[in-house]
Amino acid sequence: MKRNYLLSDSIISPLGFGTDANLKAIRSGGSALKFHTNSRFLKDGFYAGLIPEKAIDEHFSDIGAPAMFTKLEKLMILAVQQILDQNPGLEMQDTGLIISTTKGSIDQLGKDEFPEDRLFLWKLAEVIADFFQIKKKPVVVSNACISGALAVKTANDLITAGRFLNAIVVAGDLVSDFVLSGFQSFQAISEKPCRPFSSDRTGISLGEASAAILIGPEAGKNEDRISYIDACTANDANHISGPSRTGEGLYLSISRLLAANNIEPEEIDYLSAHGTATEFNDEMEAIAFNRAGLEKVPVNSFKGYYGHTLGASALIETILTKHSLLENELFTSLNFSEVGVSIPLNIIKENRNKKLSLALKTASGFGGCNLAMLLKKEVYE
Amino acid sequence: MSKNLFIKDSVIIRNGKLLRNGKVVVQNYPDQKLSSFLKEIYKDQELKYPKFFKMDKLSKLGYLASEILFQNIEPDPETALVFSNAASSLETDNAYAETMNDFPSPSVFVYTLPNIMLGEISIRFQLRSENIFLVSEDFDPGLFIDYSKTLFQQEKAREIVCGWVDLHNSDYDVFLCHIGPEGRYDFNEEELKKLYLPTHE
Repeated sequence: MKRNYLLSDSIISPLGFGTDANLKAIRSGGSALKFHTNSRFLKDGFYAGLIPEKAIDEHFSDIGAPAMFTKLEKLMILAVQQILDQNPGLEMQDTGLIISTTKGSIDQLGKDEFPEDRLFLWKLAEVIADFFQIKKKPVVVSNACISGALAVKTANDLITAGRFLNAIVVAGDLVSDFVLSGFQSFQAISEKPCRPFSSDRTGISLGEASAAILIGPEAGKNEDRISYIDACTANDANHISGPSRTGEGLYLSISRLLAANNIEPEEIDYLSAHGTATEFNDEMEAIAFNRAGLEKVPVNSFKGYYGHTLGASALIETILTKHSLLENELFTSLNFSEVGVSIPLNIIKENRNKKLSLALKTASGFGGCNLAMLLKKEVYE
Repeated sequence: MSKNLFIKDSVIIRNGKLLRNGKVVVQNYPDQKLSSFLKEIYKDQELKYPKFFKMDKLSKLGYLASEILFQNIEPDPETALVFSNAASSLETDNAYAETMNDFPSPSVFVYTLPNIMLGEISIRFQLRSENIFLVSEDFDPGLFIDYSKTLFQQEKAREIVCGWVDLHNSDYDVFLCHIGPEGRYDFNEEELKKLYLPTHE
């Protein structure tokens, strides 16, 4: 079967405008999570990863008129622009655009700065496609917090189905009053920067970001490359807002994926977890990883760097996993203190180099959704 | 490997009517509100599933349509859900935004994602299967077919429910169809379009 590859990528976050700037910040232990006091819903302040719109506009004014676009549209357009800058010869005729977002421009709800249809996720996709004159109708994936990785799976599957030759996947979500107040109403927001898998974790931190990646069958032949192997999703069929106590859906997505690809757990060199730092999510992941025989695999969560960026998170983490594989580099699970889940995991406590070939990315979300994805390095010799 | 795929049964909820395979099952009375029409379907079909009353209207539409689709059958546990709509959860987003002025409601907030409906259907029928929720301006038969065929080819599903469940400003449009290796019609764009929008209506 013809494989697709993870080609050029871009991350736009408080840690930097571009993947290189983000990797640099991660290597030096930087975090997007800062203390903010500007929300009427969290009167005592909160930690979050925010991108000032002024900084976005400074970058955006090189390519368009900032006032014509919502904050999220600009973030996502900037990410796609970086992909095109890296691929000036990309044949746009046959390139698909796959959008991943949970809430789109929800910050505009109840405001009248833009036409009302800008709240629709298909309109967000249309605005981005029109900006780059992408002719193929864009596809929008909105499947809670697995969306970013599910959009990569969708890109692969739609290329396989012959709908596109290549696809640009772009993901983004904002920290809005809507989302902040919602997670606060669940008492899910941590008073301190989130601490995934730690004994002193008390909930999530939110973050905003966008990311984009080009996926397609034509990778450079004289360099190492990262291929998309396969991905599976599975629903917990248990609860709409709480994870399964047995990690059922996550376990099933991993075990089906490994079985379908004849891979033993021992072959996996690195596991990029979801790790939101809520009590129940992290415990659920630990149970699922243990059931799948993965408790010894080096694992991290990137939420300590970015906060939970919702529809962007699993794409950002897929891109970082790609770079971990390419550079043989394991990144610290930031803010980890000591094991706070019932099954010990092999949490990455400091940056280190290790020969990496096969990585597993997982994600879980509201609605009981779970996803597991395999990425593999093909070494150029 | 490519197997032939067929459409088994289909359900529509539109213009105050609930239809199964083109035949009216429940019809509302004039000027009936959606919430009351939904309750009427629940009662008429003698459903006993108290979780129904906790759901938002979007999930109620998807849940009720799936009950009618799976009438008298136990769906295969490897039945994937490939769903889509135009307005995502915007109706419930607005409802939640209203609670923000007063006391943000976690029980409303949880429904501000369109894929929650997939969770509700998965819980009801105990489906631990492949799920995806896509958003497009209009019903897009080609997208359902491309994504579903790949799931079959990769042997990730034995059957699939394709669903369009849209709700915006109280306008609703629901179409579910059950896809598998046996059935009444070929699983192609033309048949999907015909079933989604029957010309005799």
